[in-house]
Amino acid sequence: MVVDQLRTQLNDDELDRLFQAFADATRRDIVRRVTVGEYSVSGLAALYAMSFAAVQKHVAVLERASLVSKEKRGREQIVRANHDGLQRARRLLDDYEVIWRQRADRIADLLAESAAPEPGETQAGARSTKKSQGQAEGN
Amino acid sequence: MTVVSSVKNLEALSLTVVAEFDAGVGRVWQIWEDPRQLERWWGPPTWPATFEKHEFVPGGEASYYMTGPEGEKARGWWRFVTINAPHRLEFDDGFADDNGDPVADMGTIHGVVTLEPIGDRTRMTILSTFEAEEQMEKIVAMGMEEGMREALGQVDAIIAESVNA
Repeated sequence: MVVDQLRTQLNDDELDRLFQAFADATRRDIVRRVTVGEYSVSGLAALYAMSFAAVQKHVAVLERASLVSKEKRGREQIVRANHDGLQRARRLLDDYEVIWRQRADRIADLLAESAAPEPGETQAGARSTKKSQGQAEGN
Repeated sequence: MTVVSSVKNLEALSLTVVAEFDAGVGRVWQIWEDPRQLERWWGPPTWPATFEKHEFVPGGEASYYMTGPEGEKARGWWRFVTINAPHRLEFDDGFADDNGDPVADMGTIHGVVTLEPIGDRTRMTILSTFEAEEQMEKIVAMGMEEGMREALGQVDAIIAESVNA
């Protein structure tokens, strides 16, 4: 289950590396590009106004964060997306989504309480039957 | 379902959640405006929130703490940026130290809440954007994860339910 994986797979160090990796615009751009296709380090270096060494450093940061992987092919170093790592980043946002889903459920409960005289059903059951005369709606 | 959709933008580190409620816009606005109502849903049941300050005006500040199962307190602050009752609310949300002062290097989450009527119901859209700075790593690693571990227990149950359904 997603939740269990998160618990076991993400420790604080990993989180730090992950978000450090995403904290830079060039690195985010590299990630975006390599999720679509593979690039050599020199191919990437040609895209940015910075030295080959600087780009190589960015790639190394991404590699440590498990967002990309690097492989030697002949004289080239090929950079690819690391889908497991990206999946993990996504899971962080998933978590935040869970927080909001739970908040929304609590809001629905709270609203149902003040709208309906009797306590409604639980949870998602907040969609009650009273849909006729609309309550006074602020404007 | 209360939440009707959600969109994650991995590059921008933002999350948009859309929820619909069986109540008018004016009523839904109150759950933000009234700190006593806000307290009832902001924190998970195991980490309930208490708002000590809630200046619901543009430029106003809120300060709150969440109390954990062991009595530990996690403090946070908000700064209200835009308030257009009852349709739009923008605020920054960050961590605070034990005195309630913002922890500067921890960064903020910028939240934009919009309420729209759909008949006699309300659609609430929440856009949360994390600062794309290194501070963000801490927000997630510390605060979010902490509060979240608690929340995850409940999620397990929800997921189990939906699997069995």
